[in-house]
Amino acid sequence: MALLQISEPGQSPAPHEHRLAVGIDLGTTNSLVATVRSGATTVLPDAQGRPLLPSIVRYLSSGKVEVGYAAQARQAEDPKNTIVSVKRFMGRGVKDIDHLQNAPYDFVDAPGMLQIRTAAGVKSPVEVSAEILKVLRERAEAALGGPLSGAVITVPAYFDDAQRQATKDAGRLAGLNVLRLLNEPTAAAIAYGLDNASQGIFAVYDLGGGTFDLSILKLSRGVFEVVATSGDSLLGGDDFDQRVFCWAVEQGKLAPLAARDMRLLLVKSREAKEHLTSHGAAPITARLSSGEFVDLELDTETFCRITQTLVQKTLGPVRKALRDAGLSANEIDGVVMVGGATRMPQIQRAVAEFFKRDPLNNLDPDKVVALGAAMQANVLAGNKPQGEDWLLLDVIPLSLGIETMGGLVEKIIPRNSTIPAARAQEFTTFKDGQTGMSFHVVQGERELVSDCRSLARFELKGIPPMAAGVARVRVTFQVDADGLLSVNARESTTGAEASVAVKPSYGLADADIERMLRDSFAHAKEDVHARALAEARVDGARLLEATRSAMAADGALLAADEKATIDARIAELEKALRGSDHRPIKQALDALNHATEDFAARRMDAGIRRALAGKQIGAL
Amino acid sequence: MSRTNAAAARALTSSRSLSQGHFELFGLEPAFALDAERLERAYREIQSRVHPDRFAHAGDAERRASLQWTTRVNEAYRTLKNPVSRASHILALQGVDVAFETNTAMPSDFLMEQMELREALEAATQSKNAAALDELQRRIDGDKRALEGRLAERIDRQKDYAGAAGLVRELQFLEKLEAEIDAAHEAIE
Repeated sequence: MALLQISEPGQSPAPHEHRLAVGIDLGTTNSLVATVRSGATTVLPDAQGRPLLPSIVRYLSSGKVEVGYAAQARQAEDPKNTIVSVKRFMGRGVKDIDHLQNAPYDFVDAPGMLQIRTAAGVKSPVEVSAEILKVLRERAEAALGGPLSGAVITVPAYFDDAQRQATKDAGRLAGLNVLRLLNEPTAAAIAYGLDNASQGIFAVYDLGGGTFDLSILKLSRGVFEVVATSGDSLLGGDDFDQRVFCWAVEQGKLAPLAARDMRLLLVKSREAKEHLTSHGAAPITARLSSGEFVDLELDTETFCRITQTLVQKTLGPVRKALRDAGLSANEIDGVVMVGGATRMPQIQRAVAEFFKRDPLNNLDPDKVVALGAAMQANVLAGNKPQGEDWLLLDVIPLSLGIETMGGLVEKIIPRNSTIPAARAQEFTTFKDGQTGMSFHVVQGERELVSDCRSLARFELKGIPPMAAGVARVRVTFQVDADGLLSVNARESTTGAEASVAVKPSYGLADADIERMLRDSFAHAKEDVHARALAEARVDGARLLEATRSAMAADGALLAADEKATIDARIAELEKALRGSDHRPIKQALDALNHATEDFAARRMDAGIRRALAGKQIGAL
Repeated sequence: MSRTNAAAARALTSSRSLSQGHFELFGLEPAFALDAERLERAYREIQSRVHPDRFAHAGDAERRASLQWTTRVNEAYRTLKNPVSRASHILALQGVDVAFETNTAMPSDFLMEQMELREALEAATQSKNAAALDELQRRIDGDKRALEGRLAERIDRQKDYAGAAGLVRELQFLEKLEAEIDAAHEAIE
């Protein structure tokens, strides 16, 4: 086989234009967008120079939406319509939320994910998050001077499938091409690892506003490998505010509070917590709507006492991740602290004590995730030449399984499996003549279905009637590089096949996304067709470039007639791109994709052969 | 999904490497005694060429092929890294079924020791004794190393694949016990 003049996959033989790609940290409390410009990674500030965007969205009855500082300024005044910490509700039902009574919203218990009734109508957490992402997209497009080619959005490593799907949906709804969902501690490790040229085994302790993650990574030159991850997706800095709030209610002997007072006191509690990072005591003062005046002082000792159980609660996942990695605390070469909540001195002390070493703090814990995400986005966009980029190997945080007889869970893909991963399991019928089977997909570590999170239910129909136990139904779980699951079931004994695609029950169907996009455009200046055309053109140009560079590199792998077919499809796509309708572009795109399938597989084969050839030469 | 699978099926038929054995994929000779570093190097070398991160901006066809390959490479690596699945894979290549589920016959001295270990585990769990659990873990580590030595002898030198099946089942027993120790740690925390 002609292997001469073959360049590396992913590397264009000709230098291409720098693609505009960003990393977005969609946080519980604050969100940020960062990018790599002229080799330097920077957070993009707003017009006033502020890097953070408070993750707060306010809906007005006019249909107008305020996001960030503007919404934050009104939160005490308009608590019902001002959504804070929406990340806690992503992919979650009403029954999943702790302290629901302390949140001043009008919740609607929708199937799958809860919704919130606002002055501008009922909103899902996906829509609320999309508002935040939209502001960041516009900020980035203004700063970089053009439409974004793609974005990496970070998620807590411990987010389950429903939460990830919801985040990706929010990205699409905000008009972003989501290149990848990246785990927050992994993003932080990239920023730290590249900054300090670190090698060895690192623990990333990431306590954000509403989530806690602990990841253990093996860093070596050019490879970031996650060995184990653990955490608690409902534990964060917010809970510390909540403890201070409860303490204040108890100390001040306050009567049940109105929504507005509740929010006011929560804000004061948060301010007190932040004040205690560098002071010995903090005042909590507030004038309630009843006219009552709250005037308290919280000292460090009391603060540590009332939050001690929360600090201890983070150490459980730390121990679990170490066990999963087969490591002890003294084998860790460094501990990286991420998330604003790690500024609390009692957290720093507890972590230092546990690992018997001082944690690393040299990067801003609020920015490090966005910076790492931007670096990864830059790699995914293909802006870094081979050799200067890196390989990232991440895992799924929670086991995926299927319900079997008696409400038990059969694990199909265990937690901490490197992704992408696929695993298949065979099932059979238990009744004579049974023509259908129903499946229940769950995620979690417990043995009982009722203790795990239900992701999806689906039915396989059209099994030919057979005696019990004869049918062979193969159920395949596939987890992609975003950590998202799809499930496929197929009966194969008789050659008859039936397959189903599964989306988590909390995920949005494509039609939902389209409807929401239309709704949002009704209030925006942008035209939905113009946007669709612009996106199709970007996709088309991207595919043309990718195909051309693949042909230039590996054209030798194609027979003359195959090459002619691909050339014809390229010409058709070029023609469609000159038009002003997105539909023919989409058709030509699909046709070219279809025409290059075998070629792509062969290129992959050739790449592996080269990899092994290189290795053997190296081993001599 | 169905589309992805159709593409995957085509990729499988059009590609020799996607259906080859796990050892062959990494350019290694099938053997129980494994150069872990060499395996890791080959794994990373291949991953760096097929990983979806390399194709985030490529067309659908390449993205699908990349997903297929990465999945395949991860599965092969996972299988070879773990001693029980590595041994099972070698035996399967030789046409020997380890029969984890159907063959439960074990030597009586092994069973006696297992019962004793399980009693120790129960006692440590009841008394919430983490140190005793750690001690138990160390003992199992030692037992596993000894068993792996015997497996290398039986598979790599004696080529007695049928005879190795019993040892693989014993090793799996120990792995299950290890998982129970982890669960016990979690329970007493």
